[in-house]
Amino acid sequence: MTLEMRGIEKRFDATTALAGVDLAVAPGEVCGLVGENGAGKSTLMAILSGALPPDAGQMQLGGQPYAPRDPMEARRAGVGMIYQELSLAPDLSVADNILLGVEPARFGVIDRAAINKAAASALAELGRPDIAADRLVAELSVAEQQLVEIARAVAVGCRVLVLDEPTSTLGRRDVERLFALIARLKAAGHAIVYISHFIEEVREICDRIVVLRDGRVAGGGPATMAASDIVRLMVGREVTDLFPRTPRRTGEPVLEVTGRLPGSARFALHRGEIVGIAGLIGAGRTGLLRAVFTPPSRRWREGIGMVSEDRKGEGVALDLNIADNLTLTRLEGLGPAALVIPAKQGAVTARWTRDLAIKCVSPWQLVGELSGGNQQKIAIGRLLHHDVDVLLLDEPTRGIDVGSKAQIYTLIDALVAASQPEGRSPKAVLLVSSYLPELLGLCDRIAVMRRGQLGEPRPVDEWNEHLLMLAATGTESAA
Amino acid sequence: MPVAPERFEGGGRFLRGTGGPILGLLFVAVIFGILIGARFFLPANLELVARQTAIVAAAALGMTVIIVSGGIDLSVGSVVAMTTVVIALLLGEQWSPLSAALIGVLAAAACGLVNGLLITALRVVPFIVTLGTMILVRGAAKGFAEERRIEAPQTWLNDLLRTTAPDERSLLPAGVWLVLILALLVGGLLRYTKFGRHVFAIGSNERTARLCGIAVPRTKIIIYTIGAIFAGVAGVLQFSRLSVGDPTVAEGLELDVIAAVIIGGGSLAGGRGTIIGTLLGATTMAVIQIGCAQKGYPNWVQQIVTGAIIVLAVALDRWRQGRRTP
Repeated sequence: MTLEMRGIEKRFDATTALAGVDLAVAPGEVCGLVGENGAGKSTLMAILSGALPPDAGQMQLGGQPYAPRDPMEARRAGVGMIYQELSLAPDLSVADNILLGVEPARFGVIDRAAINKAAASALAELGRPDIAADRLVAELSVAEQQLVEIARAVAVGCRVLVLDEPTSTLGRRDVERLFALIARLKAAGHAIVYISHFIEEVREICDRIVVLRDGRVAGGGPATMAASDIVRLMVGREVTDLFPRTPRRTGEPVLEVTGRLPGSARFALHRGEIVGIAGLIGAGRTGLLRAVFTPPSRRWREGIGMVSEDRKGEGVALDLNIADNLTLTRLEGLGPAALVIPAKQGAVTARWTRDLAIKCVSPWQLVGELSGGNQQKIAIGRLLHHDVDVLLLDEPTRGIDVGSKAQIYTLIDALVAASQPEGRSPKAVLLVSSYLPELLGLCDRIAVMRRGQLGEPRPVDEWNEHLLMLAATGTESAA
Repeated sequence: MPVAPERFEGGGRFLRGTGGPILGLLFVAVIFGILIGARFFLPANLELVARQTAIVAAAALGMTVIIVSGGIDLSVGSVVAMTTVVIALLLGEQWSPLSAALIGVLAAAACGLVNGLLITALRVVPFIVTLGTMILVRGAAKGFAEERRIEAPQTWLNDLLRTTAPDERSLLPAGVWLVLILALLVGGLLRYTKFGRHVFAIGSNERTARLCGIAVPRTKIIIYTIGAIFAGVAGVLQFSRLSVGDPTVAEGLELDVIAAVIIGGGSLAGGRGTIIGTLLGATTMAVIQIGCAQKGYPNWVQQIVTGAIIVLAVALDRWRQGRRTP
């Protein structure tokens, strides 16, 4: 066994993050670690990487007791972390980043030749000698930066590699290259822990799956186990229908959508329908949505609202309370004239947090203290409070747990349902997503975008994952 | 569900986040109470504290709005000096005290408008823009005054911060009342208006604010103009104390003003700060000054204590923040 963790426990104040978790990974094995947000994955990995000390439990690395006091010590002992938020210094070169903190030096003077050599050999080991060691990291693509991050771990001889959501910001082709790299590392005898929300991906790349729930190991098995079984272990309940579909009736057109490039499709978005836009990362989907949503102030007035794909950076203000985040676009009516009465704002917010099942202490809690799923519900709730007719949703479920995903799917479906509460009419939704089951499960029509070119939307039953992928990658004409 | 004790929920929202500044003020007050004795808390002494606080507090009201929006204004001291010069010049030209003061504040507002325009149009960070205008406005003030102090006739403006006689019904000097009333107004502006909510939103996350359709540049221009208006009010009070226009006065005042906001719980990262906290912060600094002076400590002791309190206040705040999110 390369890595063995036994009976790991960790508490934060009143909450138990980990209640005795066992995890073992053998050399040449890829172990998938899955679980909802808050299940304890991040805490477990923080302990493994020396960022947090465990309250109880033992760890062994290559048969030796292992208790790192900080991430540097963990890295020297052979445990390398590749985080979702890349932790590179953008203004330093590739080589400097790879050897950061372990620079070969003589009397404090850096040995540049040795650095470049070590970096080049690490990149060669990963099968990417084409990345020049003296380039600035800022000039690299996200996928290449990730590779540098992996090279950083490999360069100091890490035998255990932890990949935390490595594909969440990659296009399909880069994902395939990453998987080829993982296979290579595996063949070289590395032990790999692979964390991801994408269950299909985990089943594809891993040998074995461990499911965490509420700080315990809920179960696991070979990667061949059925996706529905994995989801059941993750949420602790049967997820029979993740994508509800109440009867819909297409109403009047409310938005004209046009691709900017010549030859792009032009179509109308109607009340009571969800139109999806598929495509690779970088195909221009976000740009299209931004173009539709410009300038924001006028669009809000016209009854169009948008949820950003960058939840923490733009979608919500983390340092701001729930009430302000939710009501910011429509503070009118919360008091006479231009006044905003906190009691009224709080009451309105409390109603939304109840309707949307947002877990919070009070309307005045800071949004940064909530889970990702609850933050996203607030970003969507803002559109509902504004009472928009058109919802532009950019990756609305990226990086959130399965339970919240299911709730958001139900919510989106209810917004376009034919039968609405008294005095309300169905809304129109334009949905950008990289998660194909979500597009196929929710949408009425799907258009594919490729290299800035928007294809004609076609009814959802004319699509499947395979066809969408073909159209997005250009193997088959998207139009 | 256990709620952290420092978080005041519901009806206590009024005091939320001001627990630290209150403790800080009580702390220094008790220390000097012990060192000096009960006479430190005599009404006359408390009035002295209020008068001492007024100038910094007036400017700090505007600075609070700026800092909550995630900005900073280093030109405050220069704007104060400029205001005293403008008022003295106009009084010398036989203008009425009220119109002289109003035009002084208007001149200050113009400086703030320029700050706001430069920050939004050139997209240069506020620190740099206001560093520039700090030097520029100081130079302009010296130019207007031809590098000398401008004598001005005595008017009621000079009584704004005068000690109140024991038999006066107003209890406090008019200038202190002015600051208190303005504090209520700005507090209300920040807490109870759309504009106030927008200021907090911009300071918390400007990108979110833009996504939500807030006119960020326009709001920022208003914010810096408001900030400078309060620097102008501080200028009027400064003139009242000096009774001359002095282009070299209030050098470094902006740092005291920023310190008052920070001690009061404001965050230079934006999104946090309260008017009550700022007033408490300004008062804390005045208490240290007066306490040290009455105890006969030299100026350098007072500076060391003030500096320590600033660092301590922010460190304490960090520590409390850190405990909340594991």
